[in-house]
Amino acid sequence: MEYFIQQLINGVTLGSIYGLIAIGYTMVFGIIGMVNFAHGDVFMLSSFIALMLLLVFTQIFGLGFLAVALFIVLILSMLLTSLWSWAIERLAYRPLRGSFRLAPLISAIGMSIFLSNMVQVAQGPRNKPAPTTLTGVINFGDGTDFVITLSHKQILIVAVTAVLLLAFWYVVQKTPIGRAQRACEQDRRMAALLGVDVNRTISITFIMGAALAAVAGLLFMIYYGVVHFNDGFIPGVKAFTAAVLGGIGSLPGAVLGGLLIGLVEALWSAYFSTDYKDVATFSILVITLVFMPSGLLGRPDVEKV
Amino acid sequence: MAAEAGARHGIGAAVKDAAGTGLLALGLSIPIIAYRTDQTMSNQLVLSERWGLVAVLVLMAFAARLIYLLAPSIKFQRKPVAAITAEEGASPLRRAVALVGLALLFAYPFLTIALVGRAGAIKWVDNFAIQILIYVMLGWGLNIVVGLAGLLDLGYVAFYAIGAYAFALLSTHYDLGFWVCLPIAGILAAFWGVLLGFPVLRLRGDYLAIVTLAFGEIIRLVAINWVDLTRGYAGISGVPRVSFFGLPFEESEDGFAAFFGLEYSSIHRTVFQFYVILAMVAVTYFVTVRLRRLPIGRAWEALREDEVACRALGINTTNTKLTAFSLGAMFGGFAGAFYVASRGQGFVTPESFTFSESALILAIVVLGGMGSQFGVAIAAVVLIGGTELLRELDWLKRVFGPDFEPTQYRLLLFGLAMVLVMIWKPRGLISTRMPTVFLRRRRAIRGDLVGEGHG
Repeated sequence: MEYFIQQLINGVTLGSIYGLIAIGYTMVFGIIGMVNFAHGDVFMLSSFIALMLLLVFTQIFGLGFLAVALFIVLILSMLLTSLWSWAIERLAYRPLRGSFRLAPLISAIGMSIFLSNMVQVAQGPRNKPAPTTLTGVINFGDGTDFVITLSHKQILIVAVTAVLLLAFWYVVQKTPIGRAQRACEQDRRMAALLGVDVNRTISITFIMGAALAAVAGLLFMIYYGVVHFNDGFIPGVKAFTAAVLGGIGSLPGAVLGGLLIGLVEALWSAYFSTDYKDVATFSILVITLVFMPSGLLGRPDVEKV
Repeated sequence: MAAEAGARHGIGAAVKDAAGTGLLALGLSIPIIAYRTDQTMSNQLVLSERWGLVAVLVLMAFAARLIYLLAPSIKFQRKPVAAITAEEGASPLRRAVALVGLALLFAYPFLTIALVGRAGAIKWVDNFAIQILIYVMLGWGLNIVVGLAGLLDLGYVAFYAIGAYAFALLSTHYDLGFWVCLPIAGILAAFWGVLLGFPVLRLRGDYLAIVTLAFGEIIRLVAINWVDLTRGYAGISGVPRVSFFGLPFEESEDGFAAFFGLEYSSIHRTVFQFYVILAMVAVTYFVTVRLRRLPIGRAWEALREDEVACRALGINTTNTKLTAFSLGAMFGGFAGAFYVASRGQGFVTPESFTFSESALILAIVVLGGMGSQFGVAIAAVVLIGGTELLRELDWLKRVFGPDFEPTQYRLLLFGLAMVLVMIWKPRGLISTRMPTVFLRRRRAIRGDLVGEGHG
């Protein structure tokens, strides 16, 4: 039983990271109907940015207080990753708006290849070990048979995710920016006629998605303690699976999907085999798309002639 | 809009705009370019600064933007093109050019031997010609699925892998040769094409793309993890190479060279492989061209144009999609078996079948112009040959220092090229299509007017 609860905790931690990435996919898909293939690599890039900023602050500026360093790294990493995402949208996607349907997807695949190889060329193909941070753990039920370990990292990940999701939900539901986004999602042309700056709204969507991916990147770096230039693809596809499972276009769906995928992965690894955990996730993707294409919380897509 | 500002307000505004681009490049370079991480012996990372490189990149971005703004002639302008361009004339000139091209292709191995000698020719035939031809074949196979039937497949490499593994397993377990396994590999891949095609028939557009991507990854992950069968990452080695219809290319009594009374040379095998893949490519070409004129080929293209109308006209869309899937898969399977027996050196690992391989094949099809056989071939030559040429740029080491390795920029440039070609020519390099059914005269149609399929 404690083993099961332990795996649940691991799953929720992992799922929080997937959920944060999945929001970027689901928002972009909702607003321009495109699978932003490069989003997984933006996440990978952000984990590198976070790692290097942490090194810059600890080694060059000699910032000893870790909590402050991590907080500054988080803010800066969100800013820099957003800048990348903005530039990518501006350069690779915006000129293709209104072009034929496959063009943005191909462009996004090209961008994804470019990003992972740029990081490889700039930083080398080897695993990059991150400095160890937050090693503490909390044990529940010490001295009894029922011991559950909760590490500080896991608490941080779940807490940061929860706070950010609340802030994000507030922005989307209660602010003019969020209203413009929801308007563009429903009908882009009508929103433009009513004075919404569609291009700006789309840019903001990319920036918000990237900022959340940057948080996921920092948390990923802290949790696993290692980053690699090829880390974008598999987490990217898993996060996309999460977005699809939750119902693409739906924000709560993305978080729910992320948590479910995290749980499935943790439980599968624990009770079946680690080797096939990615196969399990990809099978969920296939099964969801084939039998339930609108996901758990999505709207059904009606075919029009 | 910024471009117009540059033209209107002259150099000042353009410089300002370019300075903004430079600033953006500076922002993007922090910290990923500005610092380099190196591992110490105790597995810790240390930083070293590279601000010189950042300055170079910023200046390059500034200069590129400035040139773009001040030189209007190189801008990506779309000229208005007539919807229906010139009639395809079987003019004697075109025919002559085509014939000369074919003759050169046939003579290619002997021309290279004559020009650079036997030792040098192996590289030019094997690395360039054979590799390009494998990708032409894969491109044409995928072209049936994506270009003709309009089904976006991001997991095509799965069938390439199935062909390769089918050949490797059959030959190592049952001691079968290349020529026996080649058709079996194709049939098995086609079978898997039907199997994977069935569940995805209901899907359309991006969803179909993602599901095929997932299938491609599942096949690769199974190949990695089913160690008993595939030996995982270690791969299967000792697979027989291409033989001259049973005569191996060996320096022995019953080898090819001895049988024909020639002096043994490793170039024999390479040249023979070139003609094998050339023949396979020719078969792919003719099958596709003929199929396009048959009812099934017309059904594919009709499906691409409008699926709902197809169903209304009584076309069985299930069978139509499945045939496209399985035929495309079959050619992928052939190419996979050939790859193991030739360039794979009788060795196959899951590493050869990653997603980037699928993306590469898809890029060849899309950049060449979906549905255009000639365009796909050109794109394969440019992309594969071009990235292969980077290996030849050793002189750059003299400019940038001995640490400079041009080949590591291969995929970087390739990704960038995909983005730029999409912006410049979203319909691919060859953007006209030849219809197979026409009223009175046969005329090329602009790519924009061709449907792209819903699934």
